[in-house]
Amino acid sequence: MLNDFVNQFWPATIDGLAFGSIYALIALGYTMVYGVLRLINFAHSEVFMIGTFGAMFVPFALGVSEPLTGLALVGVILLMIVAGTLASAGTAVALEQIAYRPLRKRGASRLAALISAIGASIFLQELFALLVIPNVFNRPEKGRIQMGLPRLMEKSELFSIFGHSVRVDQVLVIVAAVGMMIALDALVNRTKIGRGIRATAQNPEAAVLMGVDINKIVRMTFLIGGGMAGVAGALYLISYENTYYYIGFLFGIKAFTAAVLGGIGNLRGALVGGVALGLVENYGAIFAGSDWKHVISFSILVLVLMFRPTGILGESLQQARA
Amino acid sequence: MKQKNSLEDFRHRLSRYGDGVHDRWLKTPGWQRWIVYALLIVGALLLPSESIGSFMSPYTDWASILFFPIGTYVVLAIGLNVVVGQAGLLDLGFVAFYAVGGYAMALIGTRLGWNFWLILLVGIGLCALSGITLGAPTLRLRGDYLAIVTLGFGEIIRITARNTDSIGGPNGIRAIPHPPSFPDVELFGIKIFKYGVLDPRPYYYLLVALAVIVIILVKRWEKSRVGRAWAAIREDEDAAEVMGVPTFRFKMLAFAIGASIGGAMGVLWAAKAISINPNDFQFLLSATILAAVVMGGAGNLPGVILGAFVVAWLPERFRGLQDYRMLIFGAVLVALMIFRPEGLLPSRQRKAELQEGSGGMGALGAEVPGPESHGEEVASK
Amino acid sequence: MRPKTARLGGVLAAGVALTLGLAACGNGGSEDKPSGGDPSAAAPAGGTVKIGFMGDLTGPSAGIVIPPWNGANLVINEYNKTNPPVKIELVKYDSQGDASKAVALAQQAIKNDKIVGLIGPAFSGESAQVAPVLEEAEIPSITASATNTKLAENGWKFWHRLLPNDSVQGPGVADFIAGAAGAKNVFVIDDKSEYGKPLADAVRTQLGTKGVKLTNDSLDPSESDFSSVVNKVAAAKPDAVFFGGYYAAGGNLLKQLRDKGVKDAKFFSGDGSLDKGLIESAGKDNAEGALIGCPCYLATPDVTDAKVKGFAEAYKAAFNADPAIYAAEGYDAATVFTEAVKAGNTTTDKINEFLKTIDLAGVSKQVKFAENGEVEAKDIYIYQVKDGAITLLGKATEAKLG
Repeated sequence: MLNDFVNQFWPATIDGLAFGSIYALIALGYTMVYGVLRLINFAHSEVFMIGTFGAMFVPFALGVSEPLTGLALVGVILLMIVAGTLASAGTAVALEQIAYRPLRKRGASRLAALISAIGASIFLQELFALLVIPNVFNRPEKGRIQMGLPRLMEKSELFSIFGHSVRVDQVLVIVAAVGMMIALDALVNRTKIGRGIRATAQNPEAAVLMGVDINKIVRMTFLIGGGMAGVAGALYLISYENTYYYIGFLFGIKAFTAAVLGGIGNLRGALVGGVALGLVENYGAIFAGSDWKHVISFSILVLVLMFRPTGILGESLQQARA
Repeated sequence: MKQKNSLEDFRHRLSRYGDGVHDRWLKTPGWQRWIVYALLIVGALLLPSESIGSFMSPYTDWASILFFPIGTYVVLAIGLNVVVGQAGLLDLGFVAFYAVGGYAMALIGTRLGWNFWLILLVGIGLCALSGITLGAPTLRLRGDYLAIVTLGFGEIIRITARNTDSIGGPNGIRAIPHPPSFPDVELFGIKIFKYGVLDPRPYYYLLVALAVIVIILVKRWEKSRVGRAWAAIREDEDAAEVMGVPTFRFKMLAFAIGASIGGAMGVLWAAKAISINPNDFQFLLSATILAAVVMGGAGNLPGVILGAFVVAWLPERFRGLQDYRMLIFGAVLVALMIFRPEGLLPSRQRKAELQEGSGGMGALGAEVPGPESHGEEVASK
Repeated sequence: MRPKTARLGGVLAAGVALTLGLAACGNGGSEDKPSGGDPSAAAPAGGTVKIGFMGDLTGPSAGIVIPPWNGANLVINEYNKTNPPVKIELVKYDSQGDASKAVALAQQAIKNDKIVGLIGPAFSGESAQVAPVLEEAEIPSITASATNTKLAENGWKFWHRLLPNDSVQGPGVADFIAGAAGAKNVFVIDDKSEYGKPLADAVRTQLGTKGVKLTNDSLDPSESDFSSVVNKVAAAKPDAVFFGGYYAAGGNLLKQLRDKGVKDAKFFSGDGSLDKGLIESAGKDNAEGALIGCPCYLATPDVTDAKVKGFAEAYKAAFNADPAIYAAEGYDAATVFTEAVKAGNTTTDKINEFLKTIDLAGVSKQVKFAENGEVEAKDIYIYQVKDGAITLLGKATEAKLG
């Protein structure tokens, strides 16, 4: 048993970091929306799903079927990230406009907003399974079946740790995710928009009095959170090369768990929670078997919350200095 | 804008009419109410008739879907309503208790061969216990933390059942016994106590009996000190605590009661189903029941029942739409929440809260009663 | 304070309004009902009997139910074209793989549609619930794809299965792994589904008796990152990997294995992975040489048997696709029912009696049922991916690796 752990420690760590980074990027969307609106944006999982398909559209439209190299590769990857981000951010903003804003205007309960989110989530899944995937991606009758991405990038070894190879796509995921985090951190802490977001999270009434346009801030929050999910979707697709209409469900649950684990509403908490979750899952699977992965991550969540009721880094967008 | 006004106007007239009906109902003498109750029960018993079945459900057997999903959803929604609607605790893993009940019936029935009625009692007890086990460490958490923990608990139960070979693993359990039959009792040509596999109606009558008992109990709790404590917790937990309500204990009670109702339904369902497996207890079921509760009007029993009925029945009624029915279901959920966030039949209290802008369960964060939103509500009054 | 009791009047009013509203919609929409399943034509017309087909036709696993549905349609359409004295109507029951829905649909089929036979249910889970109902209603059924072993152990008289079960398939494939493929160190993975787990367990048991070194793990097919499983495989350095589960996860797993440097281990799987989708999701190069066992007979383009070739061509002409998994079995199941009707059996009892005596050369195999409803032919076929296409290698007992 211990022997297994020693043997598999490094590969599990690398995979855990790569997957955890994707969780973290999605968790940002949950955490930002929660920080500002106190709403669990259940449909955020579908925002991620749409991001993967947005990214998928680039090689599909360009007709890429062979691995690329050099500038062409970089260009396609950048285009995929942009397409994924646009698709996700657009979806997130549309969601806010259609499914949440009218409720907000009515002063509806958060429970109603949650149900609206679940409804939107089902709607988007079915929309993709029934209409978008069969028609846009030309897969009639295969709307519910996993769709593979043709290999774009040779998964060559970049370097190795104790004899275990680290592949270039894994490094890409981790580096890009950390880069996005730093950029977002700067955005929230240094810019005017960021200040508006923090002010709204802290005290919406006061923020309005200070001249903050709440609707704009909320829209920006969804835009940024959605964009992050889109980047996650593109990175995920490049590295794991497949997606389907229901992919958001597990990612959504896991990313939300990561957000709560790190301290919901806290941006750095999302990073910590995501990476911690990715690692714990992979380490736990070595001991208990891969089929117990989810049980392990939820049990860890309960344990952490019992001892630190507001997550590892504590709550709220404003207090922890993001 | 004009159209919006007329829509608003219609909504308000409708709600005034509703209030009128409600007021009259409150003034009705007791014996008249009992007549209405009796009529409702008779109506429920007459429901599985072929004459309405061909219209209510042209694609599937009406009596079968009256038991599952319709009746099952109704009972589950009543149970979840205790937790969500009355105590204001957001539970996203209600299916876990239904699963515990189902597995209790399947395991005890096949391994120990106990009688259905005995298992029903044991199952209810087990579920109350699992509600308390889940509640004890988590109910000190606030709203949304509770949501993710309950969601996780639901998944843990399902995955554990799937991974544990000694309780059947992914195959689940087969050959679950039915309740004991009395095949000789016949009423209007229906053998009402013959629990076989072909006729779903005896099970449906059993379900109606269960639902009636549950409704009576829940109603009594709601009117008692317990119900008032729940309402206090729902509205403002800190205030309730300060006023001397032992909030933790009452939250546990809500959890245990909700769990027991879910468990009782699980036992009954498994007794009809012959075989169960872990895939019968997916998260989507928790979400659907929650949608039923909120859509009907959380906290208001007739509303919740109506919500569960609609959520269960519509997709079956419109099987003709085939693939598109879930797409439409999702869109309908969003539309309903936009146009009637308080639910189809909200309690009057809920409606008042909504007009105040607090909306029960706490409003959305950045919702500032700005000049436009508040003004509209006031003007239309 | 008066309790806030139910506003029953309101409920009733709303209920009535809702009912009326829906009545309007319902009547409006009833003209364009899907073919089949029309309840108004419940009583069997003079010269028509109804055969049902039940399975997941629009749900997540529709990909392995649509081919047998097509196969069955082919037979029934051909038969009806001959203008026989008794026509057959094939009624579609889309259970979406959900057992509870399947039961309600079965009740509908029995009470309102009055079917005389059923092809399906397609999966084992729904079969476990539907078969007792059909048994009590005394309606014969033939499943063309449910392979769970336990189904045959209930003493059902009206239930039949047109292909060997998992306890035949598992050991058959395991013998091949340890025999023709000569593997000494095998890693067995299942997907924790009602189908994959028992199949993988049967493989495990049989490999255990052969003195093969075994390592086990499971994966969750709704996930897409199997790195924890893959790391274990890489650490165990097996010379063969068996996966019990469906092709979407199988292809993904195969790709991730190859990406992680598990290049030499032969990849084996069962009937759930016998689909072009495996090659699609693994990538052509990764899938090359993968071996798939199946109790089914797939009409691959290189077949020579005239009957099978005829079937494959007719199928291709009708549906513009090569016959996929279980298409031949669906075809044979429908053929059995048409033969029964041709022989003048139009009641459920008579058809069931006919099924007991049938001995017919089908497309997939010689169709003859044992007392417990299992088909007597027990051949397992091994298929291999060659140049991006699935080709038949031969019967598991005879096939050789080239």
